[in-house]
Amino acid sequence: MIIAIAIGSTNISPEVVTKILLYEFISIDKTWNPSYEVIIKDIRLPRALLGALVGAALSAAGCAMQGLLKNPMADPYIIGISSGAAVGASLAFLLFLPVQIISFALAAISIFVVYSISKVGSKVLVDTLLLSGIAVGSFFGAITYFIIYISGTPHQVIFWLMGGLWTADWEKVKISAIMILFGIFMIYKQGWNLNVMLLGEEQAFNLGINAEQVKRYVLIFASFITAAAVSVSGIIGFVGLIIPHFMRILVGPDHRILLPSSTLAGAIFLVFSDTLARVIMQPVELPVGIITALFGAPFFIYLLRKRRKNFHG
Amino acid sequence: MVENSVKYSNLEESPEFSKLEVRNLDVYYKSRRILKQINFSANKGEFIGLIGANGSGKTTLLKAVVRILKPEDGCILFDGKNIIRMSTKEIAKNIAVVPQSISINFDFTVEEIVLMGRTPYINSHEKIDDIKIAAQSMKHTNTYHLKDRLITEISGGELQRVVIARALAQEPRILLLDEPTSHLDLKYQIEILELLKSFSRKGLIIIAVIHDLNMAAYYCDKILLLKTGAISSIGSPQQVLTANNIGHAFGIEVQIENNPLKNFLFVFPKLKT
Repeated sequence: MIIAIAIGSTNISPEVVTKILLYEFISIDKTWNPSYEVIIKDIRLPRALLGALVGAALSAAGCAMQGLLKNPMADPYIIGISSGAAVGASLAFLLFLPVQIISFALAAISIFVVYSISKVGSKVLVDTLLLSGIAVGSFFGAITYFIIYISGTPHQVIFWLMGGLWTADWEKVKISAIMILFGIFMIYKQGWNLNVMLLGEEQAFNLGINAEQVKRYVLIFASFITAAAVSVSGIIGFVGLIIPHFMRILVGPDHRILLPSSTLAGAIFLVFSDTLARVIMQPVELPVGIITALFGAPFFIYLLRKRRKNFHG
Repeated sequence: MVENSVKYSNLEESPEFSKLEVRNLDVYYKSRRILKQINFSANKGEFIGLIGANGSGKTTLLKAVVRILKPEDGCILFDGKNIIRMSTKEIAKNIAVVPQSISINFDFTVEEIVLMGRTPYINSHEKIDDIKIAAQSMKHTNTYHLKDRLITEISGGELQRVVIARALAQEPRILLLDEPTSHLDLKYQIEILELLKSFSRKGLIIIAVIHDLNMAAYYCDKILLLKTGAISSIGSPQQVLTANNIGHAFGIEVQIENNPLKNFLFVFPKLKT
């Protein structure tokens, strides 16, 4: 984390970074260049924190979704959150509205639509959920492209779609910290139930679990933290898909261990990727979504080859 | 609650009274009537074999008893209490199910799977008592030596016993099994049925769908024969497994040989050649 903050177009030594960070809490002589303090406190630290939060959220949500849907291809975006958020963001850029709020709202709407479609009576059918996620996703995707097409300046939206953390500031960190940490905590509480749900809904029911309730609960909170993440970072792919897979291989399928370790690994991975994104083509900054996919995809393929039987043959 | 659970986990001491009554049960799937006016009761320690042709409603009956399917008419009483009014957890503490097809694709250990049987009793983390009860259940089903193995790496017969151990960990008074022996070789079939028999002798009510009529005749106290969703006949193996009843329910002609000395009955289809 400290190293991630240290690296950038102005390199600051990790030692100085540590001192600046600690300055708030203990008295150290101010020996550094005051502009460093601004860079660290107002730019790099919030950005690293936001990266950690977004990574944690995507990874925890992905982990919960994969367990809940018993589908290895599930990621936090699978039920259409990203496409809803994208419509919101492109609208916001077009009409100069606040991007975070609008994309969060549209993400919430898309989840609601997908959820309502797949609800039959009091039950949510998992297969229908996945399919309607895809259908609603492509519908919203079309709207996004339409908006991009008619807008004169598509660059911002396209950057947003690729995912990035360059808009990080303290306010975003605070809002998303509250939402994401709360949501992750709520998902953790379902760890045992998620384990039992892996046996199948009927068996979970026979073991005294109200499967529909657990499903609804996990869907809501996983979507909630994903929407919170997407609204500040755009669409960062692969974190929510590969990190849980990777951790499942490392620590096993018990969600009470898997969820926290995925959260942590997701946070570290995204901070790391974002650091690369900032420095790899200095002084130009890449969208972090490119880095995660660039690293994520080959790594995922490697895992697939290596551990075929781990998740559904 | 904990005290009580430890006590009868070892099957030594079941509650004095447990009874399942099914009254005038009608179950529909969409608009199709699957079960028609089912009436029977099961008492403590009874091993009931559920037989009938494919599609005769055996699995549906089991699902109705654990409330996965809700009856359109009639009711199911457990110790005089309508299961509709029981909570999901309360049902899980009393009625356990071993489902027909089991596939677990995640690398849980056998012990973790058996511990899942404790779900109705625990909140998020198992306690020492739960681990003890899981260990007891594994010992009862001769799976304790497998406890650290991965569930994805054991044989079909072992998996079946592990799932039975999981059901026992629920400390149920009723154990429902849907074709527990269908995928097993003869040795494992006998092993499982002996096991179930011994549980019933300790007071558990066992209701199992069994396709092998000879096995059912030998092990079960009572046979319930279903034909197109209705009870065609119910009673002791001798009463139910007659050439007439079986011919009627399965649409084939059979010969029955009865060996009263060994309390053994043999059903054999009349072959054309």
